[in-house]
Amino acid sequence: MTAVDLGMPGLPTAPRGVGHLRGTQSFPDAARGALRNGQLRANLGHATSTIRGKRAAVVGELPDWEQLRAAGKALKTATMARLDDHLEELERQVTARGGVVHWARDANEANEIVTRLVLATGTSEVVKVKSMATQEIGLNEALEGAGLDVFETDLAELIVQLGEDSPSHILVPAIHKNRAEIREIFARTIPGVDPGLTDDPRQLAMAARAHLRERFLRARVAVSGANFGVAETGTLTVVESEGNGRMCLTLPETLITVMGIEKVVPTWRDLEVFLQLLPRSSTGERMNPYTSTWAGVTPGDGPQEFHLVLLDNGRTAVLADEVGREALHCIRCSACLNVCPVYERAGGHSYGSVYPGPIGAVLSPMLTGVEDNASLPYASSLCGACYDVCPVAIDIPSILVHLRGEHVEAQERPTAEAVAFRGLAKAMSHPRLWHLAQRGARLGRLFSRGRPTLPNALPPPVSGWTRSRDLPTPPAKTFVQQWTEEHRS
Amino acid sequence: MKVALFATCLVDTMTPTVAHATAALLQRLGQEVVVPPTQACCGQMHVNTGYRREAVSIVANHVRAFAGAEVIVAPSGSCVASIHHQQAAVARRAGDEALAQAAEELADRTYELSQFLVDVLGVTDVGAYYPHRVTYHPTCHSLRLLRVGDAPLQLLRAVRGLELVELPGAEQCCGFGGTFAVKNADTSTAMLTDKMANVLSTHAEVCTAGDASCLMHIGGGLSRLRAGTRTVHLAEILASTEEAVTPDQRTEPAVTA
Repeated sequence: MTAVDLGMPGLPTAPRGVGHLRGTQSFPDAARGALRNGQLRANLGHATSTIRGKRAAVVGELPDWEQLRAAGKALKTATMARLDDHLEELERQVTARGGVVHWARDANEANEIVTRLVLATGTSEVVKVKSMATQEIGLNEALEGAGLDVFETDLAELIVQLGEDSPSHILVPAIHKNRAEIREIFARTIPGVDPGLTDDPRQLAMAARAHLRERFLRARVAVSGANFGVAETGTLTVVESEGNGRMCLTLPETLITVMGIEKVVPTWRDLEVFLQLLPRSSTGERMNPYTSTWAGVTPGDGPQEFHLVLLDNGRTAVLADEVGREALHCIRCSACLNVCPVYERAGGHSYGSVYPGPIGAVLSPMLTGVEDNASLPYASSLCGACYDVCPVAIDIPSILVHLRGEHVEAQERPTAEAVAFRGLAKAMSHPRLWHLAQRGARLGRLFSRGRPTLPNALPPPVSGWTRSRDLPTPPAKTFVQQWTEEHRS
Repeated sequence: MKVALFATCLVDTMTPTVAHATAALLQRLGQEVVVPPTQACCGQMHVNTGYRREAVSIVANHVRAFAGAEVIVAPSGSCVASIHHQQAAVARRAGDEALAQAAEELADRTYELSQFLVDVLGVTDVGAYYPHRVTYHPTCHSLRLLRVGDAPLQLLRAVRGLELVELPGAEQCCGFGGTFAVKNADTSTAMLTDKMANVLSTHAEVCTAGDASCLMHIGGGLSRLRAGTRTVHLAEILASTEEAVTPDQRTEPAVTA
């Protein structure tokens, strides 16, 4: 598992046909539609700027924030270097405390394991704690396919589920919906809901609470993800805000946790760093309201059966990429989404994956293989805001650029773009050719016929620019040319 | 000091006035300016579009063109950031360690204009005169890769006649992003629209920045809207004086409608 060979071929990526890592459209096509949705733009603009402000305020309180970030990065780097050892230790410790560990190579295996475990309990209902890993593998669909009823218990995840929608944000899956839209979904889908329901947040929360409480009390099986898995003690950790997680993790008889293999941390003490970094970066809080930790089973207290499913689903392939492996350090805080100017405008659905935003633009293509998500590494202006806010200092812009290189180099036949870029590279490497090419650019002057800008209607790919922006007419002489003429001795 | 001016491929080809202004400014400050005639491009556009292999020979040309230069100055945060953060890496990846080291040595002597003025020469008042209402957009790569900080603002505050107005949402990307502007034209335009709304809210006559590329994008959008507010590179403002209003130091729009 500690494969370090660069671009090691043949390591399995997340399989097609299952889960939610691939979209049906390219990013530019999906974004084109989303950008026309004025309500979406308003909802996202409002929500992301609010949460950006909250994060900035609580991060600004800590004089040692940069040292904390550095510590988070160092811990993750060290953990990934011996990931196999830490995972085996986690397995030993969970097992010693009465849990059962399952290894899932991919989404299909994980879905199959969880479905089998749930069916074995004889229940027909499952309550779920919000979890990215189970969204990634499409677990709800798999369970529903086996005839089970699945209930998301996180408020935003419930909104998405009731609206037959899909999540558009890692932390706030219903960020694309406003209060009025949520009221409409609840009024339409919650059985027996008060017909006088308004869009007052408290009323909406109480409606969801009443709906969920009934399910918590009768549920016999819960499925969760994990924010961290501590190898030395076999402790799983879930951080949350609403208490729904605590209900799911303590009330049912059986608990099944699906955890990506990169979520392991070696020691209990490592949580000290991450539990400071995560809430401030994600919800903009000093501390999250609920932090649940458990190890195996405790007789007479909480679930009496505990299963941990360790999920690979392409992660080992990511680990093998010398540049891209840093993406596995992600603690799913979503600070990079909230600060991203592309995410704020195009919205999470444009990315086609459960992992949207900057981290999704690197993680999704690496989990699936870059050619299955080839437009995502280009869905960024490389402004670098994501790198600045990342609590574990993942250099997302550099990984994006790296993946663009991987995509270009994966092309078997030269594209028109590649031909153009290769020609231009040749010119830019030989001054005489470069001056010829610049003279060619000057031919643009013919199109503008004395005007200061070129015509709006130019052929592709220039049309991509000129549809919304004027392009200046190239000058008669380049700077170097004129300077050289004037300074000839 | 003998300053080798790297015009950058975009300025050289599309907006040469920016390079002329940079040269005039540096000369006015007592620097000797040379323009290596074999310069072309830093390679950034290739690297950032995925053509990192092809960029190696561009980097090699850049290193050859500027070999032996005492100090190199470019009127671009983005190109200088690429020289600092990308050139050696692409050479190294391609197995050319000698080129990587040469690029690193060159990068150590390469400065973005405002950094060179404030951090190396130690000047903030360059003796400029520019009687206009101006707002400043900090370009992403100067802000987050080069960390030029408030050097451009220090320079602008010292310009006589210039009324500096703060740009709301200044640190948000304008949406240029190199080939992003074309590959994701719709998203790029949405980002541009918000940037333009902020620029126009300042009622500035001029929006300035340290990168001609971002300015071509913002200016191209403003010009398309017939907005009246124009984009002018920081170098052109700093080069302007009461006495020397030459064609090289025009205060006209970079792109006119």
